[in-house]
Amino acid sequence: MASDTSKLENRQTLKKLVFIAILMFGFGYALVPLYKKICEVTGVYSLTKPDEVVNTQVDESRSIVLEFDANSRNETGWEIIPLENRKTVHPGELVQVTFKLTNPTATTFEAQAIPSYGPKEAGQYVKKLECFCFTQQKINANETRDFPVVLVIDPELPKDVTTVTLSYTMFEIEVKSTTENRQASLRERQS
Amino acid sequence: MEAVHDHDHHQPAGLMRYVTTTNHKDIGSMYLWFSFVMFLMGGVMALVIRAELFQPGLQVVQPEFFNQMTTLHGLIMVFGAIMPAFVGFANWQIPMMIGAPDMAFPRMNNWSFWLLPPAGILLAGSLLAPGGAGGVGWTLYAPLTVQQGMGMDMMIFSIHILGMSSIMGSINIVTTILNLRAPGMTMMKMPLFVWTWLITAYLLIAAMPVLAGAVTMTLTDRHFGTHFFNAAGGGDPVMYQHIFWFFGHPEVYIIAIPAFGVISEVIPTFSRKPLFGYASMVYATASIAILSFLVWAHHMYTVGMPVEAQLYYMFATMLIAVPTGVKVFNWIATMWKGSMSFETPMLFAQGFLFLFTIGGFTGLVLALTPVDIQLHDGYYVVAHFHYVMVAGALFAAFAGVYYWLPKWIGRMYDERLGKIHFWLSIIFFNVTFFVQHFLGLAGMPRRIPDYALQFADWNMVSSIGAFGFGFSQIFFLYILLKAIKSGEKAPEKPWDGATTLEWTHLPTPAPYHSFETPPNLKD
Repeated sequence: MASDTSKLENRQTLKKLVFIAILMFGFGYALVPLYKKICEVTGVYSLTKPDEVVNTQVDESRSIVLEFDANSRNETGWEIIPLENRKTVHPGELVQVTFKLTNPTATTFEAQAIPSYGPKEAGQYVKKLECFCFTQQKINANETRDFPVVLVIDPELPKDVTTVTLSYTMFEIEVKSTTENRQASLRERQS
Repeated sequence: MEAVHDHDHHQPAGLMRYVTTTNHKDIGSMYLWFSFVMFLMGGVMALVIRAELFQPGLQVVQPEFFNQMTTLHGLIMVFGAIMPAFVGFANWQIPMMIGAPDMAFPRMNNWSFWLLPPAGILLAGSLLAPGGAGGVGWTLYAPLTVQQGMGMDMMIFSIHILGMSSIMGSINIVTTILNLRAPGMTMMKMPLFVWTWLITAYLLIAAMPVLAGAVTMTLTDRHFGTHFFNAAGGGDPVMYQHIFWFFGHPEVYIIAIPAFGVISEVIPTFSRKPLFGYASMVYATASIAILSFLVWAHHMYTVGMPVEAQLYYMFATMLIAVPTGVKVFNWIATMWKGSMSFETPMLFAQGFLFLFTIGGFTGLVLALTPVDIQLHDGYYVVAHFHYVMVAGALFAAFAGVYYWLPKWIGRMYDERLGKIHFWLSIIFFNVTFFVQHFLGLAGMPRRIPDYALQFADWNMVSSIGAFGFGFSQIFFLYILLKAIKSGEKAPEKPWDGATTLEWTHLPTPAPYHSFETPPNLKD
């Protein structure tokens, strides 16, 4: 069968190919931080940063209906609601709205709110100056708290959009099971 | 014929022969039979799907079970049927085509195969787990995968094992091709089937570990408190899609490229002309392989990518049509003014050429971002990938089986029955899948057990075609068994146009040990 020299050659080829396979397994994992970095650089991932408002000209020629919504994703039983369901505003006008969080349970928890928009494309025109979604929130047992949100609708908002929905989903952060690793990644997101 | 010796076979008889074998021909046969069993199993699942879709409303199965069927059908056909089938071809053919005595690592070869049955049992057995198999689609998208029962874990382990098997098989193939060629068999003299497998094996070594990583992340998200894909913990479900498709797009070429290799052997043989543009075929295949790593996000135009990214993925995807077009035109040029005959392998190659090109065109349609956003996750996509997977890869595998069967078993199949199998397959294939283009354009979503009334007629047609196609493959099994049991004895060289080593330097059937002394091919 195969001679000793060709066996040696085969073994060397084997080593190289196994190395490539292991490298690619690592590359799969390397995609995780790479993905976050790319999102950061391209600005896709800036959900938790205040927006800069450049144009403060109020466009009184048209009105936008702003709808508010909030949901909680948790297993402990607290809830969050907007104090107003809708508001009619002019683009460029400073808008304040309050979200009320009630924690009827005896546990303290940490939560992070993630905003989403309808229509999706309207998201980039909702400029939030102040928002409880910029940081993690620590909610004490039996606490009720009001969170103000201050925002401006960019006058650049396309003319065919007449209604914009701003919806928050409040996620519980499982502090107990956190590994160092994840805390670090959360800190990274906040910064 | 000088390379053949009588040899004492020191091997156990019966079943243990197959458990312990390190012979590339035994292992090749086992791969092919395994894939055929999985093919029938995945086919039955497809028929459950089509039976449910025969009429609107729920008649046959519950939605949960329907979802498990679509998931397992996809996974079994991709990882259990098509991929092992082509590895089977590689095992049988590569050593014989390059003048090597066996694969480079025969014992690892045995392992590569014997990992498959446990993986197949895990995959199919997940149906019996509490809550059933994962009903998540073959793409295993998070976060749905995180919410499934233990059937999901069985599927994940199954994919791990299948991945290991593929990687080991690929390492074996690359080493064999690089190190064990007969003197004078230079790289650019290798048959194109060997070239396509060399490139495919590299693709597998690079892509499969990424899938292994993706499902491992899913597993740790499920059980070990990580949050790779869980938004609540700072993860991102869209990232799963990026990682999956980074594997998933090369995967479709892992399936297609060996099929190109088989076709590139069959068409010259039955045209009695050398392959047109051999070197350009090699370069085209390599370009397809490299491009396949750069276009993955065209599967996810609807996740909300920036326009610039959509444009890049759109144009890069359309670029793949260039090397693919080179291949199609080379095959046509090979037939040009050739002395063609249409035995069953050639018929399947023609069917491949015609239908794969249609699948390629619908792929170009789907590459266009604005069109894809309309057709995304609809039946147009289902029709498209069945044209390239079934009429592409599967038809090429049929062509390969009919072409090499005389060499493998020393008996001929029944030519008349083979032709009937071809015509049944191609007619029922089109009845099943051509109409799905209409359904997709009309807006029918994929992976649903029930649908709006306006889709009823074409769904009924498609289901009738699917059952016809399924029974045609039982007929194929009959043709195979008949050939093995009572086929006419094959002549030394049944195809007069064949030029590769297994036909020119080895007797028919191929002896158990071939090329123990390498043939000298230096002029």
